[in-house]
Amino acid sequence: MNLTCIVCPLGCELTVEKENGRVISVSGNTCPRGEKYAIGECTNPVRTLTTTARVAGGGLVSVKSDKPLPKGDLNEYMNIINQLNLAPPIHIGDILIKNINNTGIHIVATKNIKGVDYNA
Amino acid sequence: MKKIDLVIIGGGPAGMAAAVSAYNNGIKDILILEREESLGGILQQCIHNGFGLHKFKEELTGPEYAWKYEKQVFDLKIPFRLNAMVMNISADKQVTFACEQGESQTVQAKAIILAMGCRERSRGALNIAGTRPAGIYTAGTAQKFVNIMGYMPGKRIVILGSGDIGLIMARRMTIEGAKVEAVCEIAPYSGGLTRNIVQCLNDFDIPLKLSHTVVDIHGKERVTGVTIARVDQNRKPISGTEEYFACDTLLLSVGLIPENELAKSAGIALDKVTGGAVVDQNRETSKSGIFACGNVLHVHDLVDFVSEEAELAGHSAAKYILESDKQAEKEITFQLTENISYIVPQMLHSVQNDVIVYFRVANIFKNVIIEVRDDEKVLYKKNIKKAAPGEMECIKLNKEILRDIRGNKIYVELKQR
Repeated sequence: MNLTCIVCPLGCELTVEKENGRVISVSGNTCPRGEKYAIGECTNPVRTLTTTARVAGGGLVSVKSDKPLPKGDLNEYMNIINQLNLAPPIHIGDILIKNINNTGIHIVATKNIKGVDYNA
Repeated sequence: MKKIDLVIIGGGPAGMAAAVSAYNNGIKDILILEREESLGGILQQCIHNGFGLHKFKEELTGPEYAWKYEKQVFDLKIPFRLNAMVMNISADKQVTFACEQGESQTVQAKAIILAMGCRERSRGALNIAGTRPAGIYTAGTAQKFVNIMGYMPGKRIVILGSGDIGLIMARRMTIEGAKVEAVCEIAPYSGGLTRNIVQCLNDFDIPLKLSHTVVDIHGKERVTGVTIARVDQNRKPISGTEEYFACDTLLLSVGLIPENELAKSAGIALDKVTGGAVVDQNRETSKSGIFACGNVLHVHDLVDFVSEEAELAGHSAAKYILESDKQAEKEITFQLTENISYIVPQMLHSVQNDVIVYFRVANIFKNVIIEVRDDEKVLYKKNIKKAAPGEMECIKLNKEILRDIRGNKIYVELKQR
């Protein structure tokens, strides 16, 4: 099986050899992260989710999953995140949803909304 | 007239990194002029991850990457003005800007750093036939709608151009519930990073139609569909290959243009290929004391390299201000060869440090050698596994080698292995 590694912008072309559904070798990678990515893609493909959440009183805050999430359940995560209506102030790194969909992964803020005003 | 040591035009990633670097190199009298209502530039709407791997060894979203620099600007108390639009730069480094309440000011700078970024090519630059309905946006405008303002520009989307913003928006619109019918690319290869093809298109089964373009836009009030066609080697549509896609929105991701109206007003020499200023290794333009960095100089694929370039420009500007006595300098120019579309910097002046040279190739190549030489000998060689126009290459040239150059020309060549 051929894959393109997405861990960094290099985009290495990976060749994965499988036997009975198990990965037995990965080649084409430039670094160890490529091998880890290839095995993950064959067993449990994951992606970091980035989107926005509503802020009470108007506007949006950008958010992400603090670790990559199983990519098949994207719509479920989106439904949960879209129910948020957050009260500012919000700071980068604030956990907005703990353990989303029982994955053990949190949705965190990636932008500061009010409250942090060094210019004031 | 108010005098300021260093005026930086633009408070995006380039402007902020340049300011911090100039500050750390001894210049405290700085003013950043930013036309938007916050610092951070385009990063604020680039909410996806993938930034900072090179610079910070961690994967950040755009706003998180911006915050790393905003925080330094705040902590160092580097002055900045928001909602401040620079109207003119003169050749003698007077900067005129307008801000709120219609007030306009002119300040005299000792040095200026241009960090205005770039803008998107729009429909007007493409000459697409058809009506002029609502529903045609540049990908960046759509990104601002979705990520900052919270509006969806449409439900059924066709994207023209496979630049990174187009690919990122294909995914973004899809996870927000829209259906992206296709991404068309006139070239036989994508203009974006391979990782974005994988995670933004393949993940969602969005077809990438290479060597295809939009030949007609339909709809009176609102876009109702587009006709796409295959193109030949000369990128001319092939008759009989037309295909109709019903859609309500067409997003354009067809290239970025450095925003250099101000550079022109100061009489700065521009490079026809990059659209940015011609600079030396210190990022100094043809006007002494005016520097340029980031996407206003040449369009980068990675913000990490923008920051690096801006740090260099900030350092150079600080040096320029602190060491006013300059000697006449030998000028060495980089020569473009076949298959190299541009090189930045375009020239070198009395080299004191190692020089990182950025360039783009003109086509897709596999297993090639980059060779740098002067009129007599080879100075540097590097093997490259694959090279594409969408992925900027960089090589580091050692200062000892550069000091040794015979003549006043350096050639960068691409050779088959």
